[in-house]
Amino acid sequence: MATDTHHHHNEHHDEPSWIRKYVFSTDHKVIGIQYGLTSLVFLFFGFCLLMMMRWQLAYPGEALPLLGKWLGEARMPGGVMAPEFYNQLGAMHGTIMVFLGVVPLAVGAFGNYLVPLQVGAQDMAFPKLNMSSYWVYFVGGVVMFASFFVPEGAAQSGWTSYAPLSIVTTPAQSIFRGQTMWLIGMVFLITSSLLGSVNIIVTIVQLRAPGLTWMRLPFFCWAQLVTSFLLLLAFPPLEAAGVMQLMDRLAGSSFFMPAGLVISGKPWEGSGGGSALLWQHLFWFLAHPEVYVLILPAMGIVAEVIANNTRKPLWGYSALVWASAILGFLSFVVWAHHMYLTGMGTAISAFFQTTTMLISVPSIIILTALILSLWGGSIRFTTPMLFALAFLPMFGIGGLTGLPLGLATSDIQLHDTYYVIGHFHYVVAPGTIFALFAGIYYWYPKVTGRRMSETLGKWHFWGSLVFMNTVFMPMFVQGMAGMSRRMYDGGEAYLHNQHVLGFNRMIGVGAWGLGLFQLFFIINFFWSLKRGEKVNDNPWKATTLEWNTPTPPPHGNFTKIPDAYRGPYEYSLPGSDTHKDYYPQWEPDHVAKAGPKETK
Amino acid sequence: MSAHIEIPYNMDERPDTGLYNAKLGVWLFLASEVMLFGALFSSYVLLRTGASTWEAGHLILNWKLAMVNTFVLIGSSVTMVMSWAALKMNNLAKFKLYMGLTVLCGIAFLVIKGIEYAAKFEHGLLPNQSTFMAIYFTMTGLHGLHVIGGMIVNGYLLGPGSKMWATEPQRFTNRIEVAGLYWHFVDLVWIFLFPTLYLLPGK
Amino acid sequence: MSEAVQKQIKQYLIIGLALFIGTVLTVWVAELKVTILTGIIIAVIIATIKSTLVAGYFMHLLHERKIIYQILLLTAVFTVVMVGLVLFSHSDQQGAQHGIFNVPAKQVPAAADHH
Repeated sequence: MATDTHHHHNEHHDEPSWIRKYVFSTDHKVIGIQYGLTSLVFLFFGFCLLMMMRWQLAYPGEALPLLGKWLGEARMPGGVMAPEFYNQLGAMHGTIMVFLGVVPLAVGAFGNYLVPLQVGAQDMAFPKLNMSSYWVYFVGGVVMFASFFVPEGAAQSGWTSYAPLSIVTTPAQSIFRGQTMWLIGMVFLITSSLLGSVNIIVTIVQLRAPGLTWMRLPFFCWAQLVTSFLLLLAFPPLEAAGVMQLMDRLAGSSFFMPAGLVISGKPWEGSGGGSALLWQHLFWFLAHPEVYVLILPAMGIVAEVIANNTRKPLWGYSALVWASAILGFLSFVVWAHHMYLTGMGTAISAFFQTTTMLISVPSIIILTALILSLWGGSIRFTTPMLFALAFLPMFGIGGLTGLPLGLATSDIQLHDTYYVIGHFHYVVAPGTIFALFAGIYYWYPKVTGRRMSETLGKWHFWGSLVFMNTVFMPMFVQGMAGMSRRMYDGGEAYLHNQHVLGFNRMIGVGAWGLGLFQLFFIINFFWSLKRGEKVNDNPWKATTLEWNTPTPPPHGNFTKIPDAYRGPYEYSLPGSDTHKDYYPQWEPDHVAKAGPKETK
Repeated sequence: MSAHIEIPYNMDERPDTGLYNAKLGVWLFLASEVMLFGALFSSYVLLRTGASTWEAGHLILNWKLAMVNTFVLIGSSVTMVMSWAALKMNNLAKFKLYMGLTVLCGIAFLVIKGIEYAAKFEHGLLPNQSTFMAIYFTMTGLHGLHVIGGMIVNGYLLGPGSKMWATEPQRFTNRIEVAGLYWHFVDLVWIFLFPTLYLLPGK
Repeated sequence: MSEAVQKQIKQYLIIGLALFIGTVLTVWVAELKVTILTGIIIAVIIATIKSTLVAGYFMHLLHERKIIYQILLLTAVFTVVMVGLVLFSHSDQQGAQHGIFNVPAKQVPAAADHH
């Protein structure tokens, strides 16, 4: 990428400097790659936190080999994990994976790189805003990472930061405390998301190429559009709540602190009069739509990969579009199903149970349409397709195991147990992250001009699939046995845990095995940059507009702004000849005589 | 391979939506701002209904200063929209006059706010005194930050940003319209904040 | 063109004046000895009228494109959902001291004793 940086100044005066080209670039593709690399680093970091936690759970109280001494006496006295450090790892694993890893990868990287290409635009609508949203995200990430090194370490009240715990833990009125830095970091990340989502919506609405009507838009762009609306409208309440919690921590106010608290035997001195539940409401008002922010772009990627690799139009394209819009809308009215155990009354509980059951309908429609798309296809089992195929049952397990959590009666048993961990990790880890891997393998040739190794890719896939399930399937059993999710020793002292504690070793082995198989991906990623098979502009024989660009796409993307003549997935149309089973969106009608003129 | 990229519709309206990009962008941003202040207002209502006692704003806050500030902010909204109208009349001098007045109103608003805050600090009326004081400082503080942000944008458009008028007058007029939409929104938030915080009786 | 703008300018000044009057009215109403609920309702009504004037004329919302209306409608719905459901669940809270408008919370039957 950065090969021809020397001697530039003398030869081309209008050529931007290296810094403007690769660091403070306004090119959506460079920004997309910046988002992608940063978020992959954070994903790996968040995963490392988890692998340390799993050691503590598998072998409670035993010194962590190698790393134990290196992390310092405060975190690891004698090489054994301190409970406070375990809590930091837990809180920061969730925060990093969601806000610094998956969302920036799904929306920041894939959205930025692909949306302008798929709508046939030269760049995002606001390139400078785009650059600043990346750098605001970067600062947020730095603040979060730096919080590990302040006195008493990073935030340790869970990724949900429930009050009053989050306010009374490490309560010094200094910004250099873990929880305070968490809040400041979140304000940066939320601001970045807001700028990014405005950009994506305006790009899709305003910059669609001639002929690219709404119902000719690739499903990936629809998913990004709905996702951006969720980010735009659900994140600000958390920003407000974050500011209020900052006030509680720094200015001593009592937004989330009720009167009459007694902490460690001492009455809490504060005006009181706040509501701890208010934080939960505002937090989940974002954090439930956030689940769909995580899953919708994944569904978009899977839809593209499946259509391309089955060589068939997607089954029920318009149903997919409508279902994702309804999904987005309903995701705003289900949040309090996270709060059944807060003493919620029956009327409001009935309301949220009903909406939660309702929202499973569009999810099932999307999943069903994707599965039916496989029917009768001549499937190419490429690496991206394997990941996309695995997404379907994995997300299915994750979604279906959510239903008992959405009903208050069963949730009372399962709340805050490992069952919950198993459920949402099936949605996000072998669900979303598999889809993101599918996307990386699928679009890598467009970004770099080379294909990733299929052999290494298949090792990566099968290893990940086996170990993902080794990690998360036993959690359902542990959870149903009543094992709590927050015990730093796994809950050794409790009788009801005894017969399921053994699973912790199995999960530990699964987690480390999963880490081992990610090495195949990392090696593949870098090896293919130089050694991967060189490809032409449209190696997968795909139909959407991003494959109509030179490879890698230059600044400005298209040699000529394309016209869109047809729908996004015109594969294997009746009457098409045997040499070419696809009709790209950019090909005029006279080339594709056999194809129908207009699809809905 | 041109290094210069022309983003379409950053000046003219796209036929099917009838909008140029920045206008759609700013309305989307304002939609998120509605949710931000909406969350704060709903927190206010929730905390107030749940409280056993609540201070009366007009007894402990300086509602007269706040009323003056309301006039100042409404005035700035009028001058803001006048500056835009001046550009539509091709009158840059008048634009500068009205935009200058808008920025001055912003400064006046912040000065008055500063006097108000200083009095509160002096009397020890801090966010840790009561939920009412906490929400007063949070909401007016956040609103004040929005005023400062708007003033930075307006100041830029009055100063170095106005060079664009010579080269791309239509685009510059659009920028003033967009900056105006934001500024009016900040005014609009204050219209709700003023009675809510300064005038409503306690309980 | 410029005549239309002249007419608009006149309109802006009238709206500005109306907003000033509205502010004075708000303060005057607050001075009246009315009940808390009436005071709140009147204050909300005046603020809504004022904000409608700002949004309608200064922000040209009375003559805006369809897509802006759609976005704002969506935002309005979600704002109402947020405020409404948070307050609803607060008033339906088991064991809460106060509901909305200080209606005492429903009595929770002491079912725990019979287990």
